[in-house]
Amino acid sequence: MNIYVLLKRTFDTEEKITISGGKINEDGAEFIINPYDEYAVEEAIQVRDAHGGEVTVITVGGEDAEKQLRTALAMGADKAVLVNIEDDVENGDQFTTSKIISEYLKDKNADLIIGGNVAIDGGSGQVAPRVAELLNIPYVTTITKLEIDGTNVKIVRDVEGDSEVIETTLPLLVTAQQGLNEPRYPSLPGIMKAKKKPLDELELDDLDLEEDDVAAKTKTIEIFLPAQKEAGRILNGDLSDQVKELVQLLHTEAKVV
Amino acid sequence: MARKVLVLGEVRDGSLRNVSFEAVAAGKAVSEGGEVVGVLIGESVNTLAQELIQFGADRVVTVENEKVASYTSDGFSQSLLAVLEAEKAEGLILGHTALGKDLAPKLAAKLQAGLVSDATAIEVAGGNVVFTRPIYSGKAFEKKIFTDSFIFATVRPNNIGVLEKDESRTGNVSSISVDVKDLRTVIKEVVRKATEGVDLSEAKVVVAGGRGVKSEDGFEPLKELASVLGGAVGASRGACDAEYCDYSLQIGQTGKVVTPDLYIACGISGAIQHLAGMSNSKVIVAINKDPEANIFKVADYGIVGDLFEVVPMLTEEFKKLKVNA
Repeated sequence: MNIYVLLKRTFDTEEKITISGGKINEDGAEFIINPYDEYAVEEAIQVRDAHGGEVTVITVGGEDAEKQLRTALAMGADKAVLVNIEDDVENGDQFTTSKIISEYLKDKNADLIIGGNVAIDGGSGQVAPRVAELLNIPYVTTITKLEIDGTNVKIVRDVEGDSEVIETTLPLLVTAQQGLNEPRYPSLPGIMKAKKKPLDELELDDLDLEEDDVAAKTKTIEIFLPAQKEAGRILNGDLSDQVKELVQLLHTEAKVV
Repeated sequence: MARKVLVLGEVRDGSLRNVSFEAVAAGKAVSEGGEVVGVLIGESVNTLAQELIQFGADRVVTVENEKVASYTSDGFSQSLLAVLEAEKAEGLILGHTALGKDLAPKLAAKLQAGLVSDATAIEVAGGNVVFTRPIYSGKAFEKKIFTDSFIFATVRPNNIGVLEKDESRTGNVSSISVDVKDLRTVIKEVVRKATEGVDLSEAKVVVAGGRGVKSEDGFEPLKELASVLGGAVGASRGACDAEYCDYSLQIGQTGKVVTPDLYIACGISGAIQHLAGMSNSKVIVAINKDPEANIFKVADYGIVGDLFEVVPMLTEEFKKLKVNA
């Protein structure tokens, strides 16, 4: 089976966000594989181990993303591809990224493409379903279970807490929801092996794309931090009085109940 | 510039979801004085059209077909694209719900359009429709505009106020027939796990538990409190990782982002990853044994105490309040 994973490098979830010069300050920040994409990598490895084939991890970004690709290779992926757009694209959006990925994938005969359901930085959740549409293959988002039998696929997906059982067929794109699996940590032998696994680097030229072909359809005009909340009130006194006071405050002052 | 905007009315259990009325209000802003056309897709949705109009839609177009009785991305995109083509609309608004998140990117790719997901505010400034949306799970926000003429957004529940319902408002309801075909995904079964009636992302009140809840049973008092307040139960990553509850309840940077009117955090320490998912709630109450817990820094009101003592007392007090109201 020919399996592709869509991966994004993101800020660590524990990082505080600051802004300098109108942009998110990346100095000294820790970067990780987007947590939902980790589930995607793990699932791809498990599907390959059960059904045979090869796992290729692809990302669109800059040279810095090599580190996250190597981590995916250390987990057990076979190959990695970085489409480096540092020199060509200044302000891409989800249209940009999905166009690039689908151009790369269009002649690869992928059986299964797995991505995270959302990236924790941009948070749009658009790229994977867009890629499926551009490749004209079906997709199922926020999956928590994947069973493949020949070309038949049975999926459980999370829908706002409920579960839908879905039947479909390969080729297919799915996006991972938390609960799909437990991503493994790269082992030491895995890390050693990863250094020798192929990591291809491409640019727009290699995909026969011009900058205009991938020009963003939306533009960010401002980034700002939410207003700081003033410190709240810690109630005092007897616990039962505190509870009574709290209910009164919520009712008369905050007016939320 | 006035433009015609379509708004998808989302139906669940035979009723329109509240976020759809918020989407109509968003559509109104985006239309800049143009027409707002509600769209209803389903097996039998005609009866809901008037309500969409009462909340601000100028008229409604329905696509009624047994093949779209349940949502599939193929069925709904074929239907919505048919309406878009017939109406020659220049804008489209959906709720940022499970359906909206699944459907909107497919439509955007098909239309080769931009899409602003998860918008929390809309304004017209400098000749542009400007959307505000959270990034880094609400640790920051960005303002976005479109570089193309087609405007397409999903709106986050609970953020854009609905227009006042006007029961005397009337509008045309028409239907178009769509040859829905080639559905490549089939829903075999839906297993209801969510707390009855109240969806976490749309709930006005959320009662959330963390590691301090200690066990699966420890969520019981939280459920009672949520039920008295007509709210939903959520959890921190700690509680989910410890298997006290299902991952579908997780609130945080991984998990759901919620913005209820009232968020009651019980036994939650307040890791950055959790705060990202709830700190934009309107009012936050923290209950924690540890007076140094980070959660108190974002709380409007805090009680230092054992949640197993405090939560049942709160439930009783709210019951009394409801009786007296």
